[in-house]
Amino acid sequence: MFEKTGVPSEKLVKSRFPNERYLNSFKAITECYEEIPCNPCETSCPFDAIEVGIDINTPPRVDFDLCTGCGICVYSCPGLAIINVMLEDDDAIFRIPYEFLPIPEVGMKVKGVNRFGEDICDGEILKVKEGKLQDKTIVLTLKIPKEYLYDFVTIRRLT
Amino acid sequence: MRKVDFVIIGGGPAGLSAAHKAAEAGLSSVVIERDDKVGGQLVKQTHMFFGSKKQYAKTRGIDIANILIGHCKAHDDLIEIMTNTTVTGLYDDYILTLLTDDVYHKIEAKAILVASGASEKFMLFENNDLPGIYGAGAVQTLMNVYGVLPGEEVVMVGSGNIGLIVSYQLLQAGVRVKMVIEAASQIGGYKVHASKIKRLGVDILTNHTVKRAIGDDTLQKVEIVEVDDQWNMIEGTEKIIECDALCISVGLSPLSTILGMLPVKMKYVGKLGGNVPVIDYHHETTMNNIFVAGDVCGVEEASSAIVEGSIAGLFIANRLGYKHPEYEKEMNDLTQQLENLRSGPFGVKTVEGLRELRGENDV
Repeated sequence: MFEKTGVPSEKLVKSRFPNERYLNSFKAITECYEEIPCNPCETSCPFDAIEVGIDINTPPRVDFDLCTGCGICVYSCPGLAIINVMLEDDDAIFRIPYEFLPIPEVGMKVKGVNRFGEDICDGEILKVKEGKLQDKTIVLTLKIPKEYLYDFVTIRRLT
Repeated sequence: MRKVDFVIIGGGPAGLSAAHKAAEAGLSSVVIERDDKVGGQLVKQTHMFFGSKKQYAKTRGIDIANILIGHCKAHDDLIEIMTNTTVTGLYDDYILTLLTDDVYHKIEAKAILVASGASEKFMLFENNDLPGIYGAGAVQTLMNVYGVLPGEEVVMVGSGNIGLIVSYQLLQAGVRVKMVIEAASQIGGYKVHASKIKRLGVDILTNHTVKRAIGDDTLQKVEIVEVDDQWNMIEGTEKIIECDALCISVGLSPLSTILGMLPVKMKYVGKLGGNVPVIDYHHETTMNNIFVAGDVCGVEEASSAIVEGSIAGLFIANRLGYKHPEYEKEMNDLTQQLENLRSGPFGVKTVEGLRELRGENDV
């Protein structure tokens, strides 16, 4: 299925999430399942929490005890395949990479989208990070209902 | 006639990297570029690149071009860049004939590196010459270099990395990508690129190809059809899709025709993309002091072209009596980088192709 559609299975997606007890602070979720020659996630992580290793084709592994949820990996991944997430009360708070205009503003209501590209929930933009470090890959922080933790991946583009 | 040490044909990632490494060793070079600027295909790549730090991973292609150009500018006492210049002839006495802005001239070199890159493959189908049907490279040039949209509704043919990346760039530019069709039974490019466009609502249809294009003066519709695993069209599965642009991204072939003027041994190796020169481990062809680097000797990514160009630049400088102060260290490191880039499943084709090229399978 994944090989034909680009949509990873639920099992594959969940394999990159930590136990929910880790999610009281932001953690890095690496949606990179394939052996491709790439390692900026590893080299950009200031806490050595992401390991790729000498063979740069190895998919990344995150040590959730070392991951501080700093968010650097979100804009450092060339495949835009890393998001950060934490849980707070009934909300899941995500940090996602975003490369479209117009740039959403704080407080804006947005539509949450799943890996099939379908609208699944409402969300609200909490923070917009855009600077020299992000190099045009804007990092959006937003909240959505917690029940969509494993389904949400991005937002519907604003028009 | 002007006589120089080292001529590089092509100012893309391979050519610029070769000039830079040669200059570090003290060897001067002339880089010949047909376009009005150097940088090759990198200048229209707005996405972040893969690979590792040494090949400028996570840097956008356009910025990598500027880094490589910067390296060359830092050695402008040794590197001369000749833009708007086409190589019209390449002879076995190491003389090149050139055309610069309609002026014909000649240059003689001790060593020549051909880094001419690759050209896009095209597809045969009815009406494939209708305006609105583009190669993916043309779409990128229009959109990312000149800021011109290729159309409003695009169908992308081919799900290799270029097809997937250009689809994403079209979406960024506000163009509607109606679908990506792929004749093979699986997505060809990196799954991260596929997931990136799927979550933006673009379906990738595997086992599908274009049957014909429809339109009076320009493209209005395309007819697509399902294909079986042997790529035979399945009758009765045709569908008409309305669109005003069709973007063809079905692979690249080494642009090796200029080598046909030299008595170098060529070989057709499908896994490397087509007709390629037979080379040794230092990228030297069967003719002494004629070298190649980058896609011209096997279609890969820009990251490999950078490394191959660097290897050739170091080696050629050494051959002509300019040994890089860190020659052994640099050469080992570059060789290791190339192995690393090719060691995963996406590198298998290149590794096998190179083996076939060198006749290592003929026992």
